[in-house]
Amino acid sequence: MITLHWVYALAGAVFAAFALLGVADRGNPRRWTTAAFWALLATSMWAGDALGDLGNGVLVLGLVALGALGLGRGNGVVPADVRQARADRFGNRLFAIALIIPVTALAGTFLFKAAPGWFDAKQATLIALALGVLIAMTVGCLWLRASALVPLQQGRRLMDCVGWAAILPQMLASLGAVFALAGVGDVVGGIVQQAIPQGSLIGAVIAYGLGMALFTMVMGNAFAAFPVMTAAIGIPLLIRTYHGDPAIVCAIGMLAGFCGTLLTPMAANFNLVPAALLELKDKHGVIKRQVGTAVPLLIVNIALIYWLAFP
Amino acid sequence: MVLLGIAIIVAGFLLRFHPLLVILASAIVTGLAAGLDPLAILTAFGKAFNEARYVSIIWIVLPVVGLLEAHGLQERARGLIAKMRGATVGRFLIFYLIVRQALSAVGLTSVAGHPQTVRPLVAPIAEVAAETQAGGLDEDEREEIKAWAAATDNVGLFFGEDIFLAIGSILLIKGLLEQYGISLEPLQLSVWAIPTAIAALLIHGFRLWRLDKRLARIRAARAR
Repeated sequence: MITLHWVYALAGAVFAAFALLGVADRGNPRRWTTAAFWALLATSMWAGDALGDLGNGVLVLGLVALGALGLGRGNGVVPADVRQARADRFGNRLFAIALIIPVTALAGTFLFKAAPGWFDAKQATLIALALGVLIAMTVGCLWLRASALVPLQQGRRLMDCVGWAAILPQMLASLGAVFALAGVGDVVGGIVQQAIPQGSLIGAVIAYGLGMALFTMVMGNAFAAFPVMTAAIGIPLLIRTYHGDPAIVCAIGMLAGFCGTLLTPMAANFNLVPAALLELKDKHGVIKRQVGTAVPLLIVNIALIYWLAFP
Repeated sequence: MVLLGIAIIVAGFLLRFHPLLVILASAIVTGLAAGLDPLAILTAFGKAFNEARYVSIIWIVLPVVGLLEAHGLQERARGLIAKMRGATVGRFLIFYLIVRQALSAVGLTSVAGHPQTVRPLVAPIAEVAAETQAGGLDEDEREEIKAWAAATDNVGLFFGEDIFLAIGSILLIKGLLEQYGISLEPLQLSVWAIPTAIAALLIHGFRLWRLDKRLARIRAARAR
């Protein structure tokens, strides 16, 4: 059966190729640290389960040390006039190839679930995404008459643009696990309970919505904030004391947390990684564009809980 | 005392220390404050890191994006949009926002995203549309338009995905409420994501419409 481990094997191969091509990239002033970083990530993908928990911890220390030393960028940009000439020559073929990945992901999500003996149905989309990458890479090389090295070399160039920010989301997810182990949520919940005004429904609703957004900003993830805030305010006050509809309180409360996700660098995969990927000078450029949507939407969410959940 | 880790995260990000070091420092301090020994913290962190590997597999799309960019994907997208009359960055991003919300609402969250669609397609199209509207962009304006493309993808994802029944956040809500003896079907929860989804479309769409107006003013000012 094809499971997520096949995808990890593919990802390991891609990172290993980035590492090998990185060593050969003499235009990169820090090619050794850069290559070592991707090699460690390849090791994690290939052998993560065999390393043991402590081994993985040591691997993380290595990644952090290399990331802190600093990674570099090298050669590989195709000149603008060559790209323009190729764009004129290949035309809409380029879009057709670009759409292979989303279309395969879409089709695979449905088809793989119909063949549960062959594919791990729970991971259907990720497996289909990986399959889409393989198909797009093969079709692309054949159709555009490029050698198989071109996608890997160009992928390496883009990966170096992202740099160590590539592992930020995975690092933050791991930090969340340590927070959970240390019981951070319970402590925060206790503080929040003491801070809210007594006997005011609107006060409790605001505390819940605002608390979700703020704690999400700290944790970078609404999933981490939700159990804490709901146990501290949602269940005891909004649902049990004021008899709010639990479905409305919780569903919209979660979305109040999502407004916080738009506002925080801790949500690295949504806010910092795209800034790196789009080569923005301002790391917080994406967050700045989101403030004007997130803040009014948070107010709307708090109002919706107040109006809809308490008839 | 365990809140010290949160203080380190906030201070570290505000003071712009190296984020990887800040995260590691926060994990160590939090663990020590909770009475764990350093080895146990490292073990817990390593275990969680290994389990979260799926977060980083999205980077396998970069070779395809790189191949297409080297063969002129962005230039081709620009050429197409430049020929289209009435194509503005605001209208295009509102269209993308609706598509992204609709796809997420039926559970297809990984079909689009920053590496898959924003970098190769959405950002370059937005850029060239804005360029035409304003009659050229300076460096800061170019950055801003790219950031709008990324922001629009996030808004579409966040305020579409909860309409889908089987998404993680809906299952988390169901699971938590069951612990308190409240039993709900996923559908009862996910319908309540719809009002916020509409509000998000209206608010973000209004801001994109204003972006179009602003670019028109920039053009008028430059023409003078």
